[in-house]
This record gives sequence, structure tokens and C-alpha cells, in this order.
Amino acid sequence: MAEVEETLKRIQTHKGVIGTIVVNAEGIPIRTTLDNSTTVQYAGLLHQLTMKARSTVRDIDPQNDLTFLRIRSKKHEIMVAPDKEYMLIVIQNPSE
Amino acid sequence: MPVTHKTLVKSKQGSNAQSQQKPLAAKTAKVVSKKKDEDDGTEIGEGGDEWMHGKTLIKPPDQLDLTEAELKEEFTRILTANNPHAPQNIVRYSFKERSYKPISSVDQLAVHFFLEGNLLHRDSDEARRQKAKQGLPDEKATVVTETEDEKLETPGGGEDGAHSVDSKTGKKEQKLTNQFNFSERASQTLNNPLRERGCQTEPPPRASFSATANQWEIYDVYLEEMQKQEKNKEKAKAVPKKEDDKGKKKLTLVETQSDDLTKVAKVAKIIERMVNQNTFDDIAQDFRYFEDASDEFREQEGTLLPLWKFQYDQAKRLSVTALCWNQSYKDLFAVGLGSYDFTKQGRGMLVFYSLKNSTYPEYNYPTTSGILCLDIHPDRPYLVAVGFYDGCVAVYNLKEERPEPVYKSSSKSGKHTDPVWQVRWQKDDMDNHQNFFSVSSDGRVVSWTLVKSELVFTDIIKLSLVGAVSEGPEGVPPPTMACGTSFDFHKQINYLFLVGTEEGKIHKCSKAYSSQFLETYDAHNMAVDAVKWNQFHPKVFISCSSDWTVKIWDHTIRTPVFIFDLNAAVGDVAWSPYSSTVFAAVTADGKVHVFDLGINKYEAICQQPVVAKKKTKLTHIEFNPVYPIIIVGDDRGYVTSLKLSPNLRSKPKEKKGQELPRGPEVEIAKMEKLLSLLREPENSKGRTESWCQTDYGPQALDFRR
Repeated sequence: MAEVEETLKRIQTHKGVIGTIVVNAEGIPIRTTLDNSTTVQYAGLLHQLTMKARSTVRDIDPQNDLTFLRIRSKKHEIMVAPDKEYMLIVIQNPSE
Repeated sequence: MPVTHKTLVKSKQGSNAQSQQKPLAAKTAKVVSKKKDEDDGTEIGEGGDEWMHGKTLIKPPDQLDLTEAELKEEFTRILTANNPHAPQNIVRYSFKERSYKPISSVDQLAVHFFLEGNLLHRDSDEARRQKAKQGLPDEKATVVTETEDEKLETPGGGEDGAHSVDSKTGKKEQKLTNQFNFSERASQTLNNPLRERGCQTEPPPRASFSATANQWEIYDVYLEEMQKQEKNKEKAKAVPKKEDDKGKKKLTLVETQSDDLTKVAKVAKIIERMVNQNTFDDIAQDFRYFEDASDEFREQEGTLLPLWKFQYDQAKRLSVTALCWNQSYKDLFAVGLGSYDFTKQGRGMLVFYSLKNSTYPEYNYPTTSGILCLDIHPDRPYLVAVGFYDGCVAVYNLKEERPEPVYKSSSKSGKHTDPVWQVRWQKDDMDNHQNFFSVSSDGRVVSWTLVKSELVFTDIIKLSLVGAVSEGPEGVPPPTMACGTSFDFHKQINYLFLVGTEEGKIHKCSKAYSSQFLETYDAHNMAVDAVKWNQFHPKVFISCSSDWTVKIWDHTIRTPVFIFDLNAAVGDVAWSPYSSTVFAAVTADGKVHVFDLGINKYEAICQQPVVAKKKTKLTHIEFNPVYPIIIVGDDRGYVTSLKLSPNLRSKPKEKKGQELPRGPEVEIAKMEKLLSLLREPENSKGRTESWCQTDYGPQALDFRR
């Protein structure tokens, strides 16, 4: 438990990381370092996208599964790591 | 309803008529004989007399003309009682005889007239009944009129209905209401009061459910089913383990209830690595793809490209004392941290890093004493053997969560009395127990076996001093034990190993002999820091020492084949896994020297300082078994990874038209070629000679014989 907390803390304090969100299986954010509206927006949209991505991967080969998803945009990079029960979203600015 | 009698005009009357008609017929026959009408006799018979008398004879025009004799002929006419219209030959089917049978007697009855009358004979039953009915009211009429008042006063409900009817009829003077004596009888029952009863239940809870049926969802369900079935099978087999299962079930229940973050651990790890990859993106790209193009212009020299730098906050004041790559997971390596300084002994640390995450270790175990050496089991990558400064050895199991070692030697179980300088895993022994060897300054080479839950030690060899030793003052017997500082086992020949000592000697030993050395080499002036067998060539080994030299040996020859002077104390030397002629050494001045004997026998093809501060000493170096990188540890606790440029990894050029043979044989052949070059002048000159580099520094050749 403490290890996970430490890991999350390290991620949050890593260079360039803007925010982290932990989302549960239903798309409800549990933990966040951003403000509420942004969190809700990110969580909702990325949850859908992750489900779609996972569905795509598994449709092609059911034995396969999605490990992580990166979306690089002009301003920053959004990284999503889905799991069976939780999903971790990190927004980082890599060029910083 | 009274039955009415039907009267029929029977044929009996007809028979009367018949008898009457006979005499008439006789009469008319006579009359007719005059006339000779052939019309129906009956019709003419009745009105014939009157007709004949009234009129004169008129002959119709078509009357038959008959002779007198014929006219006088008498025809007899018989009147019978037969019905002329009745059928004469009725046939009926007889089932008994299965044929049609004529019926003999046919009904001759003919009904001419039918009238229903309403007269009754006074003696008939019906008349009597009617009389009786009329008679009773007649008789009672007198009685009733007397008691009329009483009866009127007591009319009951429907029960008295009959009587009231009777009394009424009595009033009306026996008048029948209808000819059938129809009386209506009605009664009404109690109508039960109606009550409505209703009840309402709560509607079942409803929830809307939506899902998609994808191929993978179906697959998941099937997998779950299979797992369930397997579990059931297991449960069916292992019945006495029910209690354990229950315990486990409880545990799992507790975990799922709390919404804790332990499940995020795996995901968090992935994210951390991704984040790190982003931050160190250029390094990752370099690691994978960068090849120094300028190497083409440099002829033989190569460079080392610095990649990641690994450091751990809590290990800042410790120096890297051991490095080891994991054989199964090529990006994982272990770092042992401790201190070489005699005065500054304290705690130590065992840290594991992965190339995927350079900011934080994967595993770390703090220890009470400084670590001096470690080795990862080649077959079981989760077992790590560690040797400490205080003489203990321990084995850690990475799979387990606890921070203590699984096994640890103690003073009872034969731990060393001096720091343990080297540990090495061996192949599993006959009983499939893992075992490893350790060498220490107390002069013992000990084999430790992991038996169940403890370490069992066996002294393999005790290093005794060889050669003349000055006696201590006042005849104190000289110490008889040498201090082992490093050892290495032969790659192919299992029982053969080398031990380097603090006195500068290298002993070639066998596991079988516990007191005798097979061979002794006078290697160095100072302690032998590292001795390593060549990865390919079975005869060659290398040694380095703080006397600034690196020496390459052929174990059959007592003098070194190559000597290199590196201008500073050499901390460690390592052979490369991809070539038999390439090795690297690190020195106390912060430089890494890479040699390729196939290219240049005298000089390093790369000499590069890798640490920023010049005072840091490099303590250890290791080649990655797969990737072209090396890790270098220094005495400040940092581990730097460097990529070897192509020149350092050169393979022999293929001749045109020839396929390049790969494999260890090539490497062995390479080395052999080198050695043979050296041996030739030996034979020709008749004395041993070795190549050496004598450019800088003090000569280290005093011990040559």
C-alpha cells in the first residue's frame, strides 16, 4: 500500500508531469491532482477512448489485451495505463 | 297436461262401407253392363243410379263398340279392404340373413281424416282426475269460505305460496288459470354482500442493463468458465485443503471490499516507466538506435556513449561494491553497496535497477553490514547470494516481499571471520539443492548449500601461504593463511577454479583437493582484485590488481601472456560476452579502458573518463549479456551505463565469398591465433617472453621467473 503511494508520489513529482488521475472501473475518478472539472472531463473522455481501444485490440485477437495508450498532442502527452479495475492517467509535458 | 284422446276414423267404418258397397256394386254392375264404363268402379258406384235415371242415353263419340255378347259379359268386381296405395312388395334388409327379405304383411291402413277433439268420456281416467280436481274445490268451497278470513290473515312468505295459490283458486271458484295448470314458483336467495379485496406488492426492483457482445467478451466468459471448472476439479481432488481455501477466500473478500490502491500497483509501475521514458526519451533512443558514425573515421578507436545514470538517494554515501546482470531479465541488474574503507564501515544496501526506470530501483534491501559481493543465480533469477563485510553470507529471494534474506549464515554456521570478497553460484548438487561458493580474507573457500531452511557450509579449501615468508618478530609463527580476494570458476570445467589472494598470487585449485593447489601464479605486487576466466577460450584468464596492471594468462603457462599498465589502480576487469578478445577495465582515476586484442595488442582502443568528478574511483564494471552496454559503478554510489560504439564491438571482417562463421568456435580460434603468435617466438628463442606495455608507470615485472 505504501509502496503504491510512494510510486504515485514519485510520478507526480517527476519532471514535466502536469497531473495524475486514478479512475475506477466505472469511470469515476478516485484520486486526482487536478481540479474537479478538468478531472471529470479527462476521466470521462479517456475512459471511453480506452474502452474503445481495448475493444479494438481484443477484437482482433481475444487473447491480447491493451497495456497502455499514449496520445501525444502539440502541448503535452496523455498516457493511460488501463487495468482490470483501475485506470491511471498521467499528463506530462515531455519537452520540459 | 291432460292427454287428449285422438279419435280416428278407422277403416272399420270403411269395412262397413265396403259391405254396403257390395250390394250396390251388384246393382251397379247390372246398370253398368249397359254402359260399360271402364272408369273406377267406386266413383261411379255411388252416384251412378241417379245419373242413369235422370238422363237419356248419350253415346260419347269415342265409346267402345262392343258386341251384345260382350256387353252381357259379367265382370265381377271385388271390394277389398286393401289399401291400393299401400306398397305391395316392401323388402327389408335382414342383418341376420344378410339379405333382403320381403315383408309379408304390409300395413294397409290409410288415414283419411284426423281431428283432435276435446271431449272426454266421463269414465276415463282423465275425466276422473278432472272431476276430482273440480270436486275438491267444490267440496272445499264451503269449508274454505268459512276459514277464508283466517287464511288471508296468515299468508307466509314464499313458503305459503302454494297455499295462497290454492286459496286464490278457491276464491275464483275453481277456475283454472290455464289448461295445463301451470303455476310459477319463484324464490329468491340471500344475496351475499360483495366485498372487494385487493393487495399491492412492491414492484420488483428494476435496473437497466446494457452490454455489448464482442468476440472478446465471449472469450472472457469461456475462460472464466474453464477456470471455474478447473477449480472445481481441484477442489474435488484436494478435499482436506478445504480449510486453506476458506482462509484464502476470507482474505480475498476483505481485499475486494476496501477500495484501496494496491491494485493500482502494477499500473502505476507501467506509468512510471512510461513517464521516465518520456523524460529520458533521447537516452532511450540512443540506447536502441544510436551508432556512432564517427567511428568510421577513427580507425580503430571507439567511444563510450553515456546513457542512464542510476542513483539512489538513500545510498548516497555508499560506494558500489558489486554489480551483476540478471541472466533472464536482460534489463535488470543488481548493485551491491557498501564501503571499501576500513574505517567507514556501516550499513549496506542491495539494490536492483531496471533500464526501463532509471530514477527508482525495482527492489532494494537495506542491510546492516556493507555488501562486498553478490551473484545472481543463472537459472533461478530470483535468488541472489550476497557476501558481507562482516563475514556473513546471505541469500535473498526476490519473489518474497520481506526485506530480510531468506537464508543467512551466522557465527554458529561457519561464517567467515573476515570480509567475504566473492560469491558464486554453482550448479545444483546431487540432491537438487542450490549451492554457492564464497571466498574470504580468512583464507577459506567455503561451499554453502541451501538445505530447506538453513545454510550448510563445507570448507572446500584453505588457502595456505606459499613461498618464503618472513618470520614475525620473536619467533612468532607466521600466519599460515592467505587472504583470498577474488575467485572465478571455469566456464566448462566445473571443478576448476582460480583464487586471487591479497599477496598477489593466483592459485589454480580444484574442488576435489582441499589442501593442495594445482598451480600457483605469481601475479601481482598487490592484492589481486579480480580474476576472470575468458568466456570463450578455455585456457585464458585475466587478472587485475591495485598495482596498476592487468594481466592475461594462459593457465598452462606460468607467466602472463599480456601485461597492461593502466597508470592507476585497477578496480575491476571484465571480459566481453560477444568477443573473446575484448575486455574492459576500470581504474581509480575514473577512466574506462576497453581493449581489443584482435585489433591492438598494446593499447586500449578506448580510454575514456566517465565520471564528472575526477576524484571518484570506478570500482566495478560489467558487460550486459545481450545489449552493447556496460555498467560502471563508482565509489559515490552511482552506476553509469554506457553504450559501446561500433568499433569496440567489431567482429572479424568477412572475406569475399566466404560466409562468416559465428559462434564460440570463432572466438576461440581468434584467441588461439593470438596466443600462437606469441608462442612461436618462444619456441624460436627458447625462452619465455611476454608482451608488455611499458610506456608509463613503474615496472610490474619483478615477479617473472
